[in-house]
Amino acid sequence: MTATWEPLLSPGTALTDARMFGEPNTDVSTAADPRPGMTTVAGAPPARPDSGTAPARPAGRPRRTLLASGWSRAGGLLLAVAVLAVVAVCSIAFGSKPIPFGTVWDALWHNDGSNDHLIVRDLRVPRTLLGLGVGAALGLAGAIMQGVTRNPLADPGILGVDAGAALAVVLAIHAFSVTTLGGYVWFAFGGAALASAAVYLLGSLGRGGATPVKLALAGAALSALLRSISSAVLLLDVETLDQFRFWLAGSLAGRGPDIVAGTAPFVVAGIVMALLSARTLNTLSLGDDVARALGVRVQLARATSSLAVVVLCGAATAAAGPIGFVGLTVPHVARAICGPDYRWILPWSLVLAPTLLLGADTLGRVVARPGEIEVGVITAFVGAPFFIALVRRRKLASL
Amino acid sequence: MDATIDAPAAPPPTDRPTARATGVTRAPDGSLVVRVRRGRLSARLDARSVAVTAVALGLATLVFAWSLTLGDYPLSLGDVVRTLVGQGEQRHEFIVRTLRLPRGLTGLLVGASLGLAGAVFQRIMRNPLASPDLIGISNGAAAAAVFVIVVLGGSSTEVTWGALAGAVGTGAAIHLLAYKRGISGYRLVLVGVAVTAMMTSITSYLLTRAEIYEAQRAVVWLTGSLNARGWDHVRPLTVALAVLLPAVLALARHLRVLDLGDDAARGLGARADRVRSGLLLVATALVAVSVASAGPVSFVALVAPQIGRRLVGGSSAALVPSAALGALLLVASDLVARRVVAPTELPVGVVTAILGAPYLLILLARANRIGSAG
Repeated sequence: MTATWEPLLSPGTALTDARMFGEPNTDVSTAADPRPGMTTVAGAPPARPDSGTAPARPAGRPRRTLLASGWSRAGGLLLAVAVLAVVAVCSIAFGSKPIPFGTVWDALWHNDGSNDHLIVRDLRVPRTLLGLGVGAALGLAGAIMQGVTRNPLADPGILGVDAGAALAVVLAIHAFSVTTLGGYVWFAFGGAALASAAVYLLGSLGRGGATPVKLALAGAALSALLRSISSAVLLLDVETLDQFRFWLAGSLAGRGPDIVAGTAPFVVAGIVMALLSARTLNTLSLGDDVARALGVRVQLARATSSLAVVVLCGAATAAAGPIGFVGLTVPHVARAICGPDYRWILPWSLVLAPTLLLGADTLGRVVARPGEIEVGVITAFVGAPFFIALVRRRKLASL
Repeated sequence: MDATIDAPAAPPPTDRPTARATGVTRAPDGSLVVRVRRGRLSARLDARSVAVTAVALGLATLVFAWSLTLGDYPLSLGDVVRTLVGQGEQRHEFIVRTLRLPRGLTGLLVGASLGLAGAVFQRIMRNPLASPDLIGISNGAAAAAVFVIVVLGGSSTEVTWGALAGAVGTGAAIHLLAYKRGISGYRLVLVGVAVTAMMTSITSYLLTRAEIYEAQRAVVWLTGSLNARGWDHVRPLTVALAVLLPAVLALARHLRVLDLGDDAARGLGARADRVRSGLLLVATALVAVSVASAGPVSFVALVAPQIGRRLVGGSSAALVPSAALGALLLVASDLVARRVVAPTELPVGVVTAILGAPYLLILLARANRIGSAG
């Protein structure tokens, strides 16, 4: 790493960024540009991380982001929140059963006991809240995970959250005959917590503590191990497979208010922890050596950020099952919009991810009436083409 | 490519003429280097990677031979050898030649292909997570295979062809979508991530809509299995590896030069973009063939190069050692999978991670070089 960071702290870069944030007094530690090859992908020798399509940006020239100034980023964020609100309203208004908008509106304020009111109050509202929470959690967790491991391919599940939760649910079905969604929640959460603690512990062994590469590899290895144990159980027990495959698809359907209420505190706590870690992530993205020199306690910072990921992603997975793609891709979109500053990436991810998730969920209910398609399926089909277009149009190579 | 093929035959540097002769020398970093020179061609082999490859292949051969003796009908090693050279009994002939030998060979070849492909991907991307499992080829094959199983109710041969079509189609789609004045590895992986998500969601959609027994069959395929693999699996694999392995090695000669940066590499006669996209294409083909034969066996492509790099050390890409280790991991896993809950034969994909992950974790914990990436 050592040879790569010298250009990062060139005064021109820092000044430019400070100007762009509209904060002339911002100190170098947070405003310095985590330059385009920010990860130098995960500890690689200081050669080109890419095919050379993203040459290091000359100091002083604004980088290619969609919204360059602080004001436009804030304005854009407000607009994104408005879009999210519209999507949330749609999620309440539209569903497998067409209900007139007036009835939906009435149902929100009082309950006349009719079928339509029940649908809106007991099914659609909790589902929408769940979608908001799960989406926000996954988006934030993904952004933090990519920052902590300095790896653009790290998804929130890389700490073993998904695999741990899945194994716990499989064992719950197999050994304890748990078959309700409410019953899975705490197993999944416990499994997620245990697995990620184990990953962190294993990744911290040896010299140098928890380095990004060791964390990513330990996570990948342990996840694969846990997943193998799950599939061994599933292959030997058809009945468990029959139950489990529905959890595996990842869905917001059928999650009652109790699940929403049970996981909400974790999501909220995780969001607060996540947003507080933005400045540290900026510093960590300069590399461990620089971060340490700037006074960050690297191991502590990494541990707390990872804890936020576990809380967020664990709660989301427990509530809705494994939903891929959102956590991995939304941070890339956020980065394309607002550049490499985590103080912007985190809020943008927080807003964009639930927009994608809720939009996909609503679409899944409308296109397959009277049935519905799982949100995980639609998310990929709506999000992937958009993401590919983005990858082709812009140089996303900036992590 | 014509310009670069001739590169090794360039006149030797005059300052160190002795280093060009066949023999063993010590490189500046202290590692032993074996040089082989014949006419216009010369090869430079790292002694340590030769040793790792030899040990891995030796172990793989031992495990392979042992796996031929084990089964519902145990044979002695002597019986197996006699049967292989055509001196065995009639009934042994069927068991060894039709049932066990092709299965074992499929395991060796698939393991080697996956290990090699993984090493190429990780090296080019400089990212230990950039295994071919991630860029959508396996998932495309899986979606196609599950479609054949669940919707068409196809036979296992049809599933193989479906998987091959899925793998090739997805591989082509990823390359086309990522193509924009050349292939950037980074763009390829990000496009692959998006395609992976789509393919995975097709798979899980089909699984929830399937009858449970078809779903179980699909899950077995999805885990990656060597059960009931015959000669019609071995032949295409052999041809593919015979063509693709030399291609990888020919292209990989330039990898060390690419480390100097694209401009320096161009100055030294290596066309960075072509080498890189050529390698990615070949690795994609390797994955496609092996996934079609054995299903998406997870983790081999990720772990074999990691172990290989750590055993070989230095900045070597450890391509051939990774292939050897992949083969060893897969045949050993298959042996365990067949015997651990006998007579039920688990799919091999269940065991690869159970055997491979602990070893990788131990290597990680003992790593004396911090931050050695992919």
